[in-house]
Amino acid sequence: MLKYSIEKEFKQIFRNPFMKRMIVIFPLMILLFLPLASNFEIKNINLVVVDNDHSSYSRQLISKITSSGYFILREVSLNYISALKAIELDTADVLLEIPHSFEKNLVKEKQSDIMLSINAVNGTKGAFGSSYLSSIIRDFSSQVAIQWLPVSDSNQIPSFQIMTQFRFNPHMKYPVFMVPALMVMLMTIICGFLPALNIVGEKEKGTLEQMNVTPVKKLTLILSKLIPYWVSGFIVLTIGFLIARIVYKLIPAGSIFTIYAFSSVFILGISGFGLVISNYGKSLQQAMFMIFFFIITFIFLSGLYTSVSSMPDWAQTISIFVPLKYMIEVLRMVYLKGSSFGDLTTQFLALTGFAFFFNGWAVLSYRKVS
Amino acid sequence: MSVVVTEGLTKKFGHFTAVDHISFEVGKGEIFGFLGANGAGKTTAMRMLCGLSKPTSGTGIVAGFDIHKNPEKIKRNIGYMSQKFSLYEDLTVRENIRLYAGIYGIREKEIAPRTDLLLEELEFSHEKNALVKSLPLGWKQKLSFSVAIFHDPGIVFLDEPTGGVDPSTRRQFWELIYKAADRGITVFVTTHYMDEAEYCNRVSIMVDGRIDALDSPRNLRKTYESDTMDGVFHKLARKAKRQAD
Repeated sequence: MLKYSIEKEFKQIFRNPFMKRMIVIFPLMILLFLPLASNFEIKNINLVVVDNDHSSYSRQLISKITSSGYFILREVSLNYISALKAIELDTADVLLEIPHSFEKNLVKEKQSDIMLSINAVNGTKGAFGSSYLSSIIRDFSSQVAIQWLPVSDSNQIPSFQIMTQFRFNPHMKYPVFMVPALMVMLMTIICGFLPALNIVGEKEKGTLEQMNVTPVKKLTLILSKLIPYWVSGFIVLTIGFLIARIVYKLIPAGSIFTIYAFSSVFILGISGFGLVISNYGKSLQQAMFMIFFFIITFIFLSGLYTSVSSMPDWAQTISIFVPLKYMIEVLRMVYLKGSSFGDLTTQFLALTGFAFFFNGWAVLSYRKVS
Repeated sequence: MSVVVTEGLTKKFGHFTAVDHISFEVGKGEIFGFLGANGAGKTTAMRMLCGLSKPTSGTGIVAGFDIHKNPEKIKRNIGYMSQKFSLYEDLTVRENIRLYAGIYGIREKEIAPRTDLLLEELEFSHEKNALVKSLPLGWKQKLSFSVAIFHDPGIVFLDEPTGGVDPSTRRQFWELIYKAADRGITVFVTTHYMDEAEYCNRVSIMVDGRIDALDSPRNLRKTYESDTMDGVFHKLARKAKRQAD
């Protein structure tokens, strides 16, 4: 019986032009464009300067800031009021005011003040802008200090430099971080949510009821829905590996088989989750909205964009129940750190648990008889 | 030998009693008409007999199996054609037959020759590779009936099989029903066409979830002193208190 049902599902998938696009073009688009768009590096911060001093030091400072590459000097204003207008009009993110006696104070009293005003409407840009700017100014002040010291004294200043080394992703490239996570998202949509929508669609058409009056077994019916999508899931994963390799030059540091092994467990769990939705969704509309809800929850709580460890406690607690979190960890760890099966036992246990839980629930809540 | 025997079969949805203690028997090879106004409870009763819906109370035996204990065994021995067309529209005529034949456990090598035979009888051979969605409604209904009896079930349940079908196709459809009955398949059919009721061996008329009359069309006409089944139906249906849907 299973043979005939699976044959039917495959025929329907191949005959449906939308499904072909969904399985091939959809992952291509997501993996080619999203990692480039979802870049957290802040560049092009718009800067307005009010230089009240017009001294050689103030000019040196400004040129140091603009040559850093992070800032675009939008305007040099005559006074604070007109500069503030630029911030109010949203054409500037950061305002730097150099006071009248900047150079005089610097030379005489060995210290001087500078004022920064930040546009915090775009919080991240503002925060990054102010921290970049402060570090450039700090750098400038230590340069000035060194210039003024007699050569013989220069090695007496206690100074130290921090050397940061990023392991596993030395250049802090965002695609490296995003691509593995997006692959998990794709598997979720294709192996979890597509079969769910397919089943609810058959409910709406009435063809599922026709199946329910046949002697077909629950398990046969469910497997015939899932197996074609599992196959599609592995195709998508393989497309993902190829794009990662060709476009992003990303080769997993660990074994690709570890990823396939974990994926098969993950796919089981997530399609069980989709089945649960399909058992409760009475119409496609209902099912779609339930799926939207969960996709958004998963995106934000799985650590796809923001790291789970910096979430508030309650969010961290919820994320324990998000299967995607574990799979994203697995993919990132295998891709970047080269972790092997032994390092990932927690994730393995969690994913296996989800697989049993959701599939058990799905089989129990599926009713051939109402 | 009865194919269907029910005793006090009842289905309640909350406070609403859709089917109210119905008891009847259907004999083997019989064409049994199941009449009633919209909302009288025909479909609900039929769904219980097919194992799609659990009765609230009462007993029923279909094709030799108890509807409470062995709904899955019943499913192996019945055919069902729902009110709504429910073959796969994106599969071809052949593929639909193959799928259901396979599900009912017909052997692989028998499927193809039997399919060809069936399509020849239906004069469908030239459409065998057409997608089902491209067929006209009358053809779709004939096809779904043929699929429902492809595995030679003891009884086939037809829920308004000729709704929206033109008179000449309706006639052809009833020819198919007679052919099936000749093969020994019991036919349990609901309809709103009173001329079709005349074609049945026996007819039951449901009013507000109860069976108010059950006899051959001729006896019913006699009892209710009417020349046509139409008159019989009106006399009985007028008693209904329930709103039609």
